[in-house]
Amino acid sequence: MSKKAFRPDVDAPEWKGGHSPYDIIKEGSIAIAVVLILTLILAVVFGSPDDPAITLKSWSTTAPVDFATTALSELNGTSGTATYGAPYNSQNSSASQQLGPLKLEYWIGVHIPINTAKVFVINPLKALPGQPALDKDLAVFQNASASAKTAWLNNYTKAAANMKFLNNQVVVNASDAGPVPLMINDLTQMARSGALDEALLTGDSFYTTDYTDSLLFISDGSYLGQVAQADHLTGSQWGMMNETGSWPGQAWLWLYTFWYQVSPMNSSSNGDVEVLAIMLLLTVGLTLMPFIPGLRSIPRKSKVYRIIWREHYQNQTKD
Amino acid sequence: MSTSEIDRQWTTRLRKRTFGKLPPEKMLPDTQPSYVSSWIYVFGVATISSLVVVIATGCVLAIFGPAWWHTSNVGHFVNSMHLWSVEIFFFSMVIHLWGKYFMAAWRGGRALTWITGMVLFLCSIVTALTGYVSQSNFDSQWISTQAKDAINGSGGGAFFNLLNGGQMLMWHIVLMPLILVLLVGVHVVLVRIKGVVPPIEENAGAVQ
Ligand code: HEM
Repeated sequence: MSKKAFRPDVDAPEWKGGHSPYDIIKEGSIAIAVVLILTLILAVVFGSPDDPAITLKSWSTTAPVDFATTALSELNGTSGTATYGAPYNSQNSSASQQLGPLKLEYWIGVHIPINTAKVFVINPLKALPGQPALDKDLAVFQNASASAKTAWLNNYTKAAANMKFLNNQVVVNASDAGPVPLMINDLTQMARSGALDEALLTGDSFYTTDYTDSLLFISDGSYLGQVAQADHLTGSQWGMMNETGSWPGQAWLWLYTFWYQVSPMNSSSNGDVEVLAIMLLLTVGLTLMPFIPGLRSIPRKSKVYRIIWREHYQNQTKD
Repeated sequence: MSTSEIDRQWTTRLRKRTFGKLPPEKMLPDTQPSYVSSWIYVFGVATISSLVVVIATGCVLAIFGPAWWHTSNVGHFVNSMHLWSVEIFFFSMVIHLWGKYFMAAWRGGRALTWITGMVLFLCSIVTALTGYVSQSNFDSQWISTQAKDAINGSGGGAFFNLLNGGQMLMWHIVLMPLILVLLVGVHVVLVRIKGVVPPIEENAGAVQ
């Protein structure tokens, strides 16, 4: 540093002043004790939330019409998951979120393939034992031509706008809907018995820790969102920062969730990836702050450091 | 063996480099420069301390397995402690971050300390997210199905699946804590090597 000019935002002066005694181990021990006591107090006073998970059983029992309508959307390929695109299924690129010209999601492609009609509806129904009528209808459905399937599904979907749940049965006044009414009704019964939870989870293996199928199915319905709304957890309610009840959530994401409140991200179909990109950019900026002329002078110019080191500067003026 | 042969040994070279840069009196100092007398310095230590409590309470939850705390009152209390020590951890870390920012604490060759700090901040966010989705309750259902769209939008969802409970729990209790603890080690050793940054020089000819 001998000849080069001193840069106050990059270089630090050499300390020629005094030192005071400092017991790092004692300070650390006290700090741990204080945090532990504070944690105990907060845990006693506020506790923590633990609302039980929603199951396909609880959902279809509480809101059978919402369940059956969602099941239909999985079967006719109109649900959120069915039309998602990568990583769940191949759709044209417009189904995926993109960042300007970057179609990251689409380019990386399908890695968790899910055919909703098969995985959420047909395969679980096939697993039901001792249902000759259902087995026959499933065979009819699977062997039917594409146009026949489309016609049945369209007829049923139109009538399903007035779907009711009466005497424990899904009631839709559809004519010419082929095997669809039985399939939707039986899947609803299966869900209400709890068997669908099992089937989606243990479809491929006994040991399982992957809830992708069940969670996607549940999140395609309106029920999950209604429960969340009642607990003020949705995006437009700054939901990321809350947990159920009045517990704090990820409060450190306040800036992240802020961007969801402003245009164009609050209405853009690419909102998620746009917000992610903004935050990445800001984070990289903050990380490289020591190397960015101008920005790195803000701390010095703001003079906040004078409060932090006020004793030091007071002593300096005394000298 | 000649001394030069000993000098060339890997072990000798590692020892000389390590203790040359970080002699014991720097690693565990008994004095500090007198400008280190502000409340702001408490928050780095508070962040480490709360991380200790976070890990300790997490270990208790791990002993009994992921389903325990839903059915046991003691378990639920340990979970509350885990949650609140995490809140203290983030609170301290954010104040620490902005404190270091307004002290321009990257000066004097401390940029790497700042950068490891920022990486710690990001890794902490990932750790917390994987924790929230590992709760196996309504919150984890809602948070995972909501947050998946951002991860999927970046293309990362193909490899990092918030809906895969096993993967998230592994990240939360193995990978991320390992990374955090290693990085905190590096961060603190860097601080010890360089010493605490002196106050901003006001009298030197202000050249940027
Ligand atoms: C797990 C998170 C973190 C832990 C446990 C931690 C811990 C510490 C400790 C114990 C110190 C020394 C005491 C002090 O000066 O306060 C320190 C110093 C420092 N930290 Fe962190 N820190 C963390 C995150 C961060 C973050 C997010 C930043 C900012 C981006 C950061 C930037 C710094 C800097 C620049 C120093 C050097 C300060 C100086 O020389 O005065 N740290 N950290």
